[in-house]
Parts: sequence; C-alpha cells; structure tokens
Amino acid sequence: MSAAPPPPPQPPTKPQVKAINCPKCGAAIELRSFGKAETVVCGSCHSILDATDPNLKILQTFEIKMREAGPRIPLGKRGKLRGVDYEVIGFQRRSTLVDGTRYSWHEYVLFNPYKGFRYLTEYDGHWNDVGPCKMLPTIVPSNPPKATYLGETYKHFQTCTAETSYVLGEFPWQVRVGEEAEVTDLISPPRVLSSEKSGDEITWSLGEYMYGRDVWAAFQMPGNPPPAVGVFENQPAPVNESVKGVWSAFALHSVLLLALLIVFSVFILRDRQVFSASYSLDAGPQKGEGSFVTDEFELGGRTSNVEVTTHADVDNNWIYLNYALINQGTGQAWDFGREVSYYHGHDSDGNWSEGSRSDSVIVPSVPPGTYYLRIEPEFAANHPRINYAVQVKRDVPVLGFFGLGFLALLVPAIAVTWRRFNFERLRWAESDHPLVTTSSSSSEDD
Amino acid sequence: MTQPVANCPNCGAKIVFQWSSSVQTVCTYCKSILVRTDVDLKRVGQVADLPPDSSPIQLNTEGIYANKAFRAIGRILYEYEQGGWNEWHILMNDGTSAWLSDAQDEYAVSFPARIQNLPPADGIQVGQQFTWNKQPYTVSVITQANYRGVEGELPFEFWDKTVVTFADLRTPSRKFATLDYSDDEPALYLGEFVEFEDLHLKNLRTFEGW
Repeated sequence: MSAAPPPPPQPPTKPQVKAINCPKCGAAIELRSFGKAETVVCGSCHSILDATDPNLKILQTFEIKMREAGPRIPLGKRGKLRGVDYEVIGFQRRSTLVDGTRYSWHEYVLFNPYKGFRYLTEYDGHWNDVGPCKMLPTIVPSNPPKATYLGETYKHFQTCTAETSYVLGEFPWQVRVGEEAEVTDLISPPRVLSSEKSGDEITWSLGEYMYGRDVWAAFQMPGNPPPAVGVFENQPAPVNESVKGVWSAFALHSVLLLALLIVFSVFILRDRQVFSASYSLDAGPQKGEGSFVTDEFELGGRTSNVEVTTHADVDNNWIYLNYALINQGTGQAWDFGREVSYYHGHDSDGNWSEGSRSDSVIVPSVPPGTYYLRIEPEFAANHPRINYAVQVKRDVPVLGFFGLGFLALLVPAIAVTWRRFNFERLRWAESDHPLVTTSSSSSEDD
Repeated sequence: MTQPVANCPNCGAKIVFQWSSSVQTVCTYCKSILVRTDVDLKRVGQVADLPPDSSPIQLNTEGIYANKAFRAIGRILYEYEQGGWNEWHILMNDGTSAWLSDAQDEYAVSFPARIQNLPPADGIQVGQQFTWNKQPYTVSVITQANYRGVEGELPFEFWDKTVVTFADLRTPSRKFATLDYSDDEPALYLGEFVEFEDLHLKNLRTFEGW
C-alpha cells in the first residue's frame, strides 16, 4: 500500500466571492465566478472592467438610456436547472435589425463553480436553457442548410447579426457594448442549435425551450413571468396536438366504426323484406287521383326503421307518390312523398341523363305491429304507361349514422392538423424561410 | 509498492514521487522546481505563486475514467486571451498517466499518442483535416497560450516556457485531439470530452457559499 502523500504546508485556499470597488465610481462590485470571468460590468456606472486584472482596468464605458430595462432575474439569484444549482452572474441585451425594425432579447450568464457556465435567454416571454456544445455539429449542405448533432437533424431558421447593447455583471468572455456577432439558429423543437461567429472563432451552443413558469419556479421568482408573445422558433407545439397521434386515433376509430357497422349488419339488423308489390298506370290523359291501400304486412322485432323503395320505368317522365305508412292497430300514420323521375337525351356535349328510376327513403323508429301503405300516385297528363314497384324492408343498416360518426372523427383530425399547420406557419413566419410567402410591394425581383 | 523518496536539495523536505516515471516535481514546502537526474534531484527553478484560479480540481483529487481510478498528481496552468485552463496530470491505477483538462469547467481526458509525421506548427490551419487511428479530426482553433505555472509531478521537464502553441482538433463525436507545439517535436494527444459527473470526482475543492 502506498503511503498517503505529505500534506501541503498550508491548506489550499478556499475560493471566496470577492467584493471589490469600481475603479471609476467606487461602487461595490461582487465577483461571483471565483476568477472565471473575463469581464465584469459595474452596476452603477456601467464601466466594463477587466476581471482578470487585479486593478480592474477599465475597458469600456457605455451610456444607458433611462428606459433601458435591467434583468428580470436579478444578479446573485440562484436557481436549479436540471438538478444543478446555478447563480445568475451576468446579463446582456442583444438586438438585431430586420427590415428596419430592431428586435432585442436578453441573455443571462449562469454559473456553478463545478459545472461552469450556462445561459438563459429570453425573447418576448420565451425562454431557452442554453449550454455550450461539447461536440462539433455536422453541417449538411442543403438549401436551406441543415445540421446534425447527437443524432438529431436541425433545420436552418435564421441568420442575423446580433449587437450587444447592454451588459451587466460577469462574462466568461471579453464582452463589449456595440460588438457584433453573426448568429445562426437551427431548430429541432424544443431544441435550438446556435452558432456564433465573431472574427475567426465559431462557437456552438445547444438550447432547449423553457416556459416562463418553469424558469420562475426554478429561480423561485415572485409573481408571474412575462407573458409569451406569439410562437417562438423552437417552441414545442402543444403536446396534446400531435398530428400523427390524431390521425392514428382517427384510423383506429374508423376501423372500430367499420367493425361496429359489420356487427350491426350481420348480427343485429335483420334487413328483411316484409312487403313487395308491383303496380301500373295505364297511359292516358287522366289526372292523378285514386289512392289505394296495399295488403297488410307485419313489422316485427323492436322499434326500428323501415325502408320504402320505389322503382318506376319512367322514361323522360316522372311520377310522384304520396305515401302513408299506417299502423293497423293504433292508426298512427307516417306521411311522406317521393318522386321518381328520369330524363335523358343527347346534345352538343354528348349524352346526358338526370334523375333515377329508383328511390328509397328510410322511416325511422317505427314500432312493431301490423301495417299497410296508402299510396296516392301523381303524374303528368298524357303520360305513357308507367309500371312501378314498391318494396318495404324492416331493420336496414343506416350508413348515414356511420357516416356521421366518421365525420365526427374526421373533423377533430382535420382541425388539429390545421392548427398544427398554423402553429408551424407562425413559427416559420419569423424565420428566413417562411412557409407562406407574403408578397410585399417593396420586394424586388431576383 | 515503495515509492521513490528523496530530499529537496533546497530545503531538505522529503520528496515522495507518486509515479515512478515522473520527471519533474515541485517541492510543496519551498516551491522549488525539481528535476530528476540519474542520481538525485536537481533544482532548476522556483515557481512563482500560481495565479488564483478556481478549478474545482486540486492535487490528490480522485476520480474514475474508463473504469480506472485515477488521482491528480500534477498540473500545468495555461492562460490565453479567453481565460485560463488547467492540464491536470493524472495517474491511472494501471500505472499509466494521462491528462485531465479543465477549461472553464469543460472537462476532457487525453492520452499521449505515438504517431509519426505530425504536421509542423507553421503548416497547420483552421479547417484542415487529419486522420489518426482511422478517426478524422478537424482543426477548430489554434491557440497561443501563456505558460503560467506548474504544480506537482509531470512526465517531462516543463518549467522554462513562455508562449506555447496548441492546435485543437474536433470531431462530430466527443473525441478530440490536441497538437502541442511546446517542444521541438510536435506532440499529439488524443482524448474525449467528459461530463463532470461521469468522473465521480472526490476530494474536490470547496467554494465559499457553495
């Protein structure tokens, strides 16, 4: 066994939070990163100081406008992200100019002495938990460009020039107000892969979308986070609206519906013909009159539907039948009129036809009992001889109900798809590659 | 296993080498830089106080890498324009040594690679690709670093440097390579980035308030 190494003569010093005074205005500045910061910005006079210089050399000073908003999460505040405590030690506002409009966002520098630096970004109430990439993403040459990182593919969203306009606290790099970097975001919601290019150096980071309420909970912030405005680049689509999921559900339910339809048709509905008869109207000039009643027939089983089908050999002609389905016992009657008409011919567009020689109607909820039909035909004057047949069927499958059921399934599926498309449209509307291009009068031809 | 023991030629303190192949060490008492010769220890210089740094690792920090226990027995501290970093010389329990680098709390373990025909310092550019052991590496950044100090045992003499050049090479995976141009002959280190928690480090420094 090896002997323990000799103890050093003095115990190693425990790094402490350093309090120093601003060389410009004398205000107290706390150094929270145990010397890991490169620059520190005085909260009082906004001098940017060299944190690595014991004399805190002044690197830059900048003016702030009165209405400049500071960090929403104050410097020195600690929170837990992914199970690790982090302290807010720095804050910057950056902005970019797009079509003459300046958009700005906030970046918080977080620090843990063992785990190092992380960042929180906030734009219009949308947050991202950002860490440096440990590996180099692979650029996939395509238009628009893509990148792969840890087996995931990211789509190019936007490239812009980010300018630092306000800084506070500590930064692990040489921060300056007015400094510009080319920032490219590639997305795979809820993650965003960002590259930042300043000079020759390109740094990559990976962010994950965070809801304001989760940030507020992590940092135990009082009150409510700023409300999120619009759809952010890597904001996940609402979880209960998976397009794939809703169409899978639709497919599953359609199959169930079909199975139900089959079960009903085969095992429950009797679909039995209970009456059938043929009649004919002699040719002649007489006007429609003379109703008659049919033989009686039994409608058995439970209260169910009745289908009345009429076939007529009309040829460029019509017949109209006033029906009454009458219960022999109770006298209850269901009145309905049906027209059978069929026309056809030939014109410059070719052959045409209209109507049909057959018609059927369903009378719902007819109780069992003995029934007969009263039929009163109407027809045109000077009609030729018309033969017609009437059929009555009990307990027929009604496809309409199943059709309605199908529609009831289809509507939410389409609604979800549409909402999702709309969500994606709003997401990409802010990108370099909008899904729907809006024509603008100022746009120039390529 | 007995460890080589000697006395500091400057102050007489007992010097214990934890690794038999160490070439250089620093007396913990008088901060003399001592280099091993065939017969004894030669004092070659004195380390100035190391600049305050906040690596959570310190001498004798223990951990596990690739199922092997290791212990930090020395370090080189570098500084460049974006900050400082530490190369901790770690002794693995199989008798080999490696490097655990801590750059702004990003950790990586690397091993010296015996590969011939390495590119010279004046012939290397960002974006260039090299393939070693069938793994392609891309030069990501070339850094001029300032040597700021040493501590503990090192596998080579390293005490009179000022500016050294490094080329960092990355891959799409966790693997990386470093070309070290601090000597006449370039030296190649191959390794991978590691997560802090995966190293299961013990005997870390403590920080006020954390």
